[in-house]
Amino acid sequence: MDIARTELLIAAIARLLDGCRTIAIGNSSPIPGSAALLLRARTGGATRVLMLGSVKHNAFTDGARELFDCAAQGRIDAFFLGGGQIDGEANINLVGVGEHPRWQQRFPGSFGSAYLYYLIPRVILFREEHTPRVLVPKVDFVSAPGISPPEVYRRGGPAALVTGRCVFDFDRDRRRFRLASIHPGETADSIRVHTGFDYDAPADVPVTPPPEPRDLDLLRGRVAGEIAETYPRFARELFGAARISAAE
Amino acid sequence: MAYDRLMQPVPLDDLAARIKPGLLIAIPPDYSGVSVAATRALVARGATGLRFLAVPTSGIQIDILIGAGCVAELEAAAVTLGEQGLAPRFTAAIKAGSIVMRDTTCPAVHAALQASEKGVPFMPLRGLIGSDILAHRPDWRLGDNPFVPVGANRADPIVFLPAIRPDIALFHAAMADREGNVWVGRRRELVTMAHAAKETIVTVEKIVDDSLLADEASAAGTLPALYVSAIAEAPRGAWPLGLAGVYPADTDALAGYAEAARTEAGFRAWLDRFLDAPSAAA
Repeated sequence: MDIARTELLIAAIARLLDGCRTIAIGNSSPIPGSAALLLRARTGGATRVLMLGSVKHNAFTDGARELFDCAAQGRIDAFFLGGGQIDGEANINLVGVGEHPRWQQRFPGSFGSAYLYYLIPRVILFREEHTPRVLVPKVDFVSAPGISPPEVYRRGGPAALVTGRCVFDFDRDRRRFRLASIHPGETADSIRVHTGFDYDAPADVPVTPPPEPRDLDLLRGRVAGEIAETYPRFARELFGAARISAAE
Repeated sequence: MAYDRLMQPVPLDDLAARIKPGLLIAIPPDYSGVSVAATRALVARGATGLRFLAVPTSGIQIDILIGAGCVAELEAAAVTLGEQGLAPRFTAAIKAGSIVMRDTTCPAVHAALQASEKGVPFMPLRGLIGSDILAHRPDWRLGDNPFVPVGANRADPIVFLPAIRPDIALFHAAMADREGNVWVGRRRELVTMAHAAKETIVTVEKIVDDSLLADEASAAGTLPALYVSAIAEAPRGAWPLGLAGVYPADTDALAGYAEAARTEAGFRAWLDRFLDAPSAAA
C-alpha cells in the first residue's frame, strides 16, 4: 500500500463530504470509511457515521433494510459506490464484463446501488484503479444509471469520482465529468491517457492538496483505532499495529 | 411458560435432511449468522438442485455450496468474500453456465420478503428504473403510482416486486431456549427472513434453560418459536465466519479458503479437509 497516496485519498474524500450530517458507508469501503470517520472526528461528532460491517460505528438496529428505508426517507446525506466499470455518464457496472449471463469477467454484483444511487443526494464514486479498463466509454451492464429522465423519481446521484490519479466532479446537467484536481505525480495528459471516457478539463488543473497536519494527527490517532474494528488488515498496513493499539 | 411445549434439538444431519431438491432457501449475509455447520451437513449429504435466495448477499457459504454442486439457482445482490476478494467457485460457475443466476439489488430482496411478511402479493420500490437489473427481471413490473394526485401533469413510474416466499430460512444464532425461541439480537434481517419463509431451521451455539421471552431485554431480540421448525446445536457453527458478540471471523481460515478455491482441484482438497475435520480445514 502506498501510505502517502492512501492518506491523500482519505483527505480528498473527506473534503467532498464537507457539510454532510449523516454519512453511510457500505461494505468493503475502508478508504471512504476512514474519510467519514475523519470528518466525524474533525466535527467533534456532529457528523454521524453509519458504517456497515461495524458494531461500534453503526447505530442501525432494524436489520439490513434500515439503511435503505433511511435513504428513501432522505435521512442519509452521502454514500459511496464503486464499479468494475464506470463510464462518462457516471453509469456504474458492478455485474460483469462481456455479455449476460456468462460474463467474460464476473464482478460480485450490484449490492444496493440500483436504489441508493437514486435516493442519496451526494453519492461519491470511488475506484482506486484508474485505467481505460475501468473508466470506459460505455459500461457493459448498467447496475445503476448516472442520470434518469425527468419522470423518474430521483433525489440523488453522482457528485464526484475519486480515483488513484485524480478527482472528477460530475455535472448532472451536462451529463459529464469535469477534472477537478490531479494527485501529485500526475499531469493533465497522464489523466487523459488513462481515462477511457471523454470529460471536461479546465486549462489549469489544481493539484489535490495533501492532508492538513491536524487531519493527519486525527487520522493516525483516533481514526486508526476506529477503522481497525471493521478493517483490521487495511488499518494494520496503513497505520501500523503500534498506532492502532495506542488509539484503541 | 408452563403451557408452551418444549422443542427438542435435532441432530445436525436431521436438520439438513429437511432441505430437499427444488426448495427455495433463504440465507443471510456473512456478517449476520451464517450456518456453516448446516452447509457442511448439506455438502456431506450430497445435496443437489437447491435454490438459494441471499438476503441480500452471500459469501463463503454459497461459494462452498456452488463448488460442491449443491446449487441449481441463486438470487443475490452480490456474492463476494469481502476483504478476501471475489468468490472463486461462484465466478467459475457463472463462466461455465452451471447455475442460473438472478441478479437483484439489496432493498429489492428486503422489500419482497416484507410483502410475504404482510401476506400481500407485491411491494413497490423506488430506484431500479433504467438499471439493467430490471431489464433482466421479467418477473418484476414497471407500473404507475396509483396515488398520483388527480390533475398532476405527470405520471410517477415505480417498480412492483412480487412477494418472495422462501420454503426455508436457514441461519445460525447465538442461542435458543428449550421452547424453541431463538435469540438474534439486532440482526433483524433474520427475523424478516423467518417471517417470510414457510419454515425456519436454525443452528445455535447453545441451548439455554431460561425462556428468552421471560425478560424484556432478551425478548426484544428474540425470534419466537412460532416461526421455528427445527433447531440443532452446533458450537462454533458459523466458523470460519464470525458471530457478532460471540466470536470474530477467522481471517486466516477465510484467506486459506480464498486461496485454495481459486482452482477446482484446490477447492476439492479444501472441501475434503472441511468435511473431515471442520475446525482444522483451511
